[in-house]
Amino acid sequence: MTAQPLRFFSFAAPSRFYALAGRLLPLFWVMAVVLSAIGLYIGFFVAPTDATQGDAYRIIFIHVPAAWMSMLLYLVMAFWAGIGWAFNARTAAMVARAIAPTGAMFTFLALWTGAFWGKPTWGTYWVWDARITTELILLFLYLGYIALVNAIDDVKRADQAGALLAIVGSVNVPIIYFSVAAVSLKNKSAKISTTAAPKMASTMLAAMLIMTFAFWAYAFAVVFMRTRTLLIERESHTAWVAQVVERKIPG
Amino acid sequence: MSWNSAAEFFAMGGYGLYVWSSYGVTAALMLAEPLLARQRHGQALREAEAQTFTRETE
Repeated sequence: MTAQPLRFFSFAAPSRFYALAGRLLPLFWVMAVVLSAIGLYIGFFVAPTDATQGDAYRIIFIHVPAAWMSMLLYLVMAFWAGIGWAFNARTAAMVARAIAPTGAMFTFLALWTGAFWGKPTWGTYWVWDARITTELILLFLYLGYIALVNAIDDVKRADQAGALLAIVGSVNVPIIYFSVAAVSLKNKSAKISTTAAPKMASTMLAAMLIMTFAFWAYAFAVVFMRTRTLLIERESHTAWVAQVVERKIPG
Repeated sequence: MSWNSAAEFFAMGGYGLYVWSSYGVTAALMLAEPLLARQRHGQALREAEAQTFTRETE
């Protein structure tokens, strides 16, 4: 067999994507675990107690990464759903579906950790301000997307309907992101950077950014896992899946 | 280092309830999700295998 030239869409072929994602999985898991360990160590043992918020601020090391991932994953999901729809690309549509549960989980975690941070700092678990409300809408968009694609039996039509919802819903993401300006007076991260000494801020920032990369690697790993599952489920009639189950391709 | 003892660490300066409620649920979900994903992958492989076997014996 002659070697096929590698083109931009080469890895979009289901069998290629399956094998490549399988090889990358251990790398992303190692990154997620190692970065989490470093980030949590800095967050709990190097970063000092905040002058105004005490140790309650340490929730920032998971709250902000979860909130960032919730928004980023939504845009990535809408992007791949759109690519899948526009170019009739099967793998892209499956990636979009694989992202949704992880995005919903990070959205829930952003709300949950935000509530447990809001209570000691603002005195309440919940306020209906612009940012928290639009983040809640983001959770409903993820859940709506998951419900919609699972409610339609025709896979192709389900992917198209999901893509439409994902793309229209992505208007919500910049609203969440920029709504920080509207509540800047009581914004928690702004408070930390303005009141803490510069040296304190740098270790806090380091822990937060390292945890963000850890969550990012985690998201890659779990989304690749789920995409591989969807590939097997949808392509179970094909020769390459038969090769996978006969252990000719690493499963 | 901000802590003099394990008890002080878990107390989190009086904010233990809030800090550990946040970290606990985050850890639980981020451990459960990959396990569920792996379970479903194994199931998909078994079903594909059964399908392949049926095709070959027909």
